Amino acid sequence: MTLPRFELLQPASVGEAVELLASRPEAISLAGGTALLVDLRSRRTAPPALIDLGRIGDLRGVTQGANEISIGAMTTIAELLNHPMIKERAPLLAQACATFGSPLVRNRATIGGNVVHASPAAELAPALLALDASIEFKSVRGRRLVRAVDVWKGPGKTTRKADELVTSIRIPHAAGRWGHAWRKLGLRKADAIAVASVAVRLSLRDDGTCDEARIALGAVAPTPLRVAKAEAALAGKAFADERVLEAAKAAADACSPIDDVRASAAYRRRVVGVLVRRALAEAGLGGR
Amino acid sequence: MTEKKITLRVNGRTHELSVAANASLLETLRALGHVDVKSGCDKGDCGACTVLLDGKAVPSCLVLAAQADGATITTVSGLGTAEHPHPIQEAFADAGAIQCGFCTPGLILSTKALLDANPDPTEAEIREAISGNLCRCTGYAQIVEAVRLAAERLASEGVARPGAILPGEVARADQPIRRGGEMP
Repeated sequence: MTLPRFELLQPASVGEAVELLASRPEAISLAGGTALLVDLRSRRTAPPALIDLGRIGDLRGVTQGANEISIGAMTTIAELLNHPMIKERAPLLAQACATFGSPLVRNRATIGGNVVHASPAAELAPALLALDASIEFKSVRGRRLVRAVDVWKGPGKTTRKADELVTSIRIPHAAGRWGHAWRKLGLRKADAIAVASVAVRLSLRDDGTCDEARIALGAVAPTPLRVAKAEAALAGKAFADERVLEAAKAAADACSPIDDVRASAAYRRRVVGVLVRRALAEAGLGGR
Repeated sequence: MTEKKITLRVNGRTHELSVAANASLLETLRALGHVDVKSGCDKGDCGACTVLLDGKAVPSCLVLAAQADGATITTVSGLGTAEHPHPIQEAFADAGAIQCGFCTPGLILSTKALLDANPDPTEAEIREAISGNLCRCTGYAQIVEAVRLAAERLASEGVARPGAILPGEVARADQPIRRGGEMP
C-alpha cells in the first residue's frame, strides 16, 4: 500500500533539526522508519510533514566518557549489537539488540526510535531501565537529561515535548560486579513482538549479599516498568531462592497486562513471574 | 516540496531520479524495472523486498526512496543472472531451496550479506541471518542447506568462477545434500 502524502524535511544537523521541530510542531521525526512507516501505511498516523533524521551524522555512533557511554539516537540496532564497547560495557543491551525484530529490521531501526515510539513492548526498554540509562533531549530551548524510568508515560507517549529531539542515550558505568540477564518470550523465535520481557541486573558481593537489584519488565503494563517491590525483596539480603521467588511474585503482582492477539492478561501475569525467576537465577550466577 | 531529486546506483547503473517524498525504495526500484525486488507485506515482516543498501540487507518497503539518495543498491539480479548465476543462486537451485521463488531474491540477498560478513557460519548463525525472510513453500531445511552449500563453494573456489553446476553433478560433490527435514 502506498504511503500517505507528506512533506519530507531533511535537516543536515542537530541545529537544523531542532529549528524545524520548533517551527513545525505538526511534523513527526523519522528515525529508522521500521515503526513509523508501518503506522503511516495503516493510516494510524498521518502527519503533514516528516523530519528525516538520517542525514545527521552527529546522531550516530557510540562514544565512551569518564562516567558513561553515549549512544547517538540514530545508531542502528545492528550497529549496537556488533559494537565492542556495548558488548563490553553494556552486554545486557547487546542481548536485547540480538532479539530485536529481524536482521533486516535491525539494519534500519534505531535506539532513539525505539525509545520515542514508546511501545509497551519496546525491545530495548527493559534493558535501558535496568541499566539506569538516561535519555538526552535537545530543543531550541536547551538540553535536558531524563532517566529512562521517567520517560515512558503510556503506549506511544513519552515526556518528550513536541519541539524536542532525542539526541543520545546515556548508560552510566557500573562500579563493582554485576550479573545481568535478558528474557523475552515471543510467539516465535525471530521477528517477534514480546509477549512479556524481563531485564535484570544484580550487584552481588563475594559473600553472596545482593547490594542492589534492578528488575524491569516489558509488555505487561501500559509502559515498560521497574518493580521497586521486587527489587526490595533482594536488595541488602543474601541472594537465595526464597528471595528470588518473592521478587518474582512481586513482579507478577505489579504488572497490569492486557489481553491482545499475542496473549491473555492472565498468561502474561503468570509468565512474567517465571521469566523474572529465571532471569534472576542467571544474573545471580554472573555476579559471583 | 513533495518531489525529491535523488541519485541511486542500482546494480552498477546510476539513476538520476525525481521521486515523490512518500515513494518507498521498493516502489521506486520496481518502477525502474527491478521487479526481482518482490512486494510482500509492506510492513517489514516478510523480507521479500530485501535489497542490499550500501551492503546491508534491508527491507526496501521500510525505506523512503529519498532516504536512499546517494546509496548503492544491489538487487538479486545484480548478483547474477540465469546465464551467469552467482554461486549463492546456484546453491539455492541445487539444494532445492526454491519452489515458487517469491522469497528467493530476499533470501539470497540475506545470504549474501551473511557470507560477506561471516564466510563460514554455523547453522545457528545461518538460521538467525535468514530469520527476517519468510518462505511459505519449501520449508527452511533446504534453504539452510543452500546457504551452507554456498558458503562451502565460495570458500573452495576463491576468486575463480566455475560455470553453473548441474544438479546431477552435486551428488558427486564431497558434501551430500540433505533433502527433507533433517538438519546437521
